[in-house]
Amino acid sequence: MAQLEEVGVEKYKHLVSERALTGETMLLNMGPQHPSTHGVLRLLLELDGEIVVNCIPDVGFLHTGIEKNMEAKTYQKAEVMTDRLDYMNPIGNNLAYVMAVEKLVDVDVPPRAQALRVILTELQRIASHLVWLGTSGLDLAAMSMFLYCFREREQILDIFELVSGQRMMTTYIRPGGVWRDVPVEFENAVRDFIKIFPKRVDEYESLLTKNPLFIDRTVGIGILSREVALSHGVTGPMLRASGVDWDLRKARPYMGYEQYDFNVPVRPEGDTYARYLVRVRELRESLKIVEQALNRLPMGPVRSENRKIVPPPRSEIGVSMEALIHHFKLWTEGFPAPKASVYSAVESPRGELGVLLEGDGGPKPVRVHMRTPSFDNLSVLPEIVKGHLVADLVAVLASTDIVLGDIDR
Amino acid sequence: MDWTIWLEWFLKGLILCLLLLTGFAYLTLYERRALARIQIRVGPNRAGPQGLLQPIADAIKLIFKEELTPAKVYRFVFILAPVLTVVPSLIIAAVIPLGTSFMLFGREITLYVANLNVGVLYLMSIASIAVYGIVLAGWSSNNKYAMLGGIRSSAQMISYEISLGLCFAIAILLGNSMNLNDLVEAQRNIWFVVVQPAGALVFMFVVLAEVNRAPFDMPEAEQELTAGYHAEYSGMKFALFFMAEYQKMIVVSMIGATLFFGGYREPWFMTGWLNGLFSVDRFWFLGPAYLFIKVILLLFFMIWIRATWPRIRYDRLMALGWKILLPLTLVIAFITATGILLQQELNNPLFYWSIPILSIICLLAAVAFIYRDLRRKSHGRF
Repeated sequence: MAQLEEVGVEKYKHLVSERALTGETMLLNMGPQHPSTHGVLRLLLELDGEIVVNCIPDVGFLHTGIEKNMEAKTYQKAEVMTDRLDYMNPIGNNLAYVMAVEKLVDVDVPPRAQALRVILTELQRIASHLVWLGTSGLDLAAMSMFLYCFREREQILDIFELVSGQRMMTTYIRPGGVWRDVPVEFENAVRDFIKIFPKRVDEYESLLTKNPLFIDRTVGIGILSREVALSHGVTGPMLRASGVDWDLRKARPYMGYEQYDFNVPVRPEGDTYARYLVRVRELRESLKIVEQALNRLPMGPVRSENRKIVPPPRSEIGVSMEALIHHFKLWTEGFPAPKASVYSAVESPRGELGVLLEGDGGPKPVRVHMRTPSFDNLSVLPEIVKGHLVADLVAVLASTDIVLGDIDR
Repeated sequence: MDWTIWLEWFLKGLILCLLLLTGFAYLTLYERRALARIQIRVGPNRAGPQGLLQPIADAIKLIFKEELTPAKVYRFVFILAPVLTVVPSLIIAAVIPLGTSFMLFGREITLYVANLNVGVLYLMSIASIAVYGIVLAGWSSNNKYAMLGGIRSSAQMISYEISLGLCFAIAILLGNSMNLNDLVEAQRNIWFVVVQPAGALVFMFVVLAEVNRAPFDMPEAEQELTAGYHAEYSGMKFALFFMAEYQKMIVVSMIGATLFFGGYREPWFMTGWLNGLFSVDRFWFLGPAYLFIKVILLLFFMIWIRATWPRIRYDRLMALGWKILLPLTLVIAFITATGILLQQELNNPLFYWSIPILSIICLLAAVAFIYRDLRRKSHGRF
């Protein structure tokens, strides 16, 4: 039998208050195996009764070395790693990375590809928010929400499967465009979704938004002030729920977001309920973008004609020697990128997802760093849960919408 | 005393226990299927037709599961706790009448195990014992989550027992007896739920807290305390807790049906239909059938709530129990007592019928109070 070892409070005394040393407060280990830490997050809690005195997040249980691994791959192949980063937002991660690559090697993106990217990232945002809505409902024990939300998410994943052959790890967006044009069924599939989804959001809202029990659990819980949010680098819906109107799609438009008419929901309160309202409104706003982009989806190529970066189509390889050479070079050696460092950011469902990419003239990046929103958003958790109950901690943690793959990389 | 009476008691007790044990197994199936329906799923349908053998498969699985006893538990209490939980939930059903009586081999067989003249008190006392099992399980497990679950549970059950007692008192006042058989017979002309709808509704909510069902499932709040008091239990010991929880659901539904929904009696307006064809007085076997239907409906109410509502927070649960439900039940009990007294003294049925009206007004006032509180808290956002 394994020897049992008593872990004393001494080991953690630099993290907890003095009351823990006398045994007045209790240390409770929440996670990494816990149903509501949304993955393998470990929280060390110092509890006074059930009131949280200190909350110390411990991350790194899902560290897979994505950033380091990307340095060993060519620019095209490294993209596959980004799918695994924030697994609720693979298309958005693709977009962030691909935009950085495009900035580094300076390749144009055809308008049709841009519109397709917008449609798919917005659908991905809806899917991600649906998972958040379902799981945060589940964390408050509104268990049916989870299954209702996954019903619609399933529809979105079917669309992804249609366009890319994969439900989650799509790698659909490629440097210089997208993998290939969408099939003919795509438009109808998205239109079906656009038709059905507003009614479904109304249903979710009728279950939660005015539910006294839900309001009781979320209003005034985990208030994140504007100042704290800004000082911790919080972005995304969390920041917007704290009264800061900052959305990269509006502030630094990319992929032609400036042509679409949509609102950025902002709430001043900064509590869990405000974060809920912001995300639910975003569901509707994202759908508006999808609809507009689909209505004005231009015809034309979906990949850049720049053969030094983008592999030629199959049909050309048989008839053109240059195409064959390009194909061979691109898939064995990859394309070289200049010795430069670029940063590009997109608005992921969780906030600002930035990619820092450094090239050295060769076909592989020397440094890839992701600025992931979940990491910064988690950093405010200890500040905003102090003085709340354990049950509120679960609600607040759910409202931060963290994805551990995003935090640990 | 005749030896056959011992045999009769023994057999009736055995049959009741077996009924509850099977009922528990099929209640899990019922709950899973009903939840699945609500949640646009299918639910278990592989084992047997419509999944009817699923409970048996579950039982076999649990029996053959390895039982782990964690290190440093208080072994005796750890083993005692599931027993202490499951036994009260079995014996509590002894006083609940399942029907009238029938003749068998020339003797009258009554459809209850015990005809106790203080039946309601028996229910109260046995229901209180069950909390020991949960508290001791939480305390002896050497697990902080389990301990938090156990502590929550004891506080919760003690708080809600008072309101529960007052709901019992309402039924006692209306039926003028503490014997459950008399209470059922008193509902021959009208069910107590019509006379005291607020009391019946409050009763249903209080028993949700009493049997630790959502939205009051604090002790085992999965998202917070993983599994709560039974976190360290596995195999049959876990199955006993599970069994106790579901048996308690059945039993409180039976109690609720008995106190407010006419027990084994047919709906009062159906007594005269077709020459009493639907009456329990004519066909004894209709009694258990009516009770069964009522229990199924009340259980569905519990399952429905579980599927729909978020869990209430622990401190709000206590506030609800002490600040709203306790005063509300007190006022309702007072209204009931006064109404009955005035009706008897002045012989005016008007007073009797003022009971439901005044009670509903009180209930609405309580709901309005909750809403006002929420609105103030949310600064008019809702």
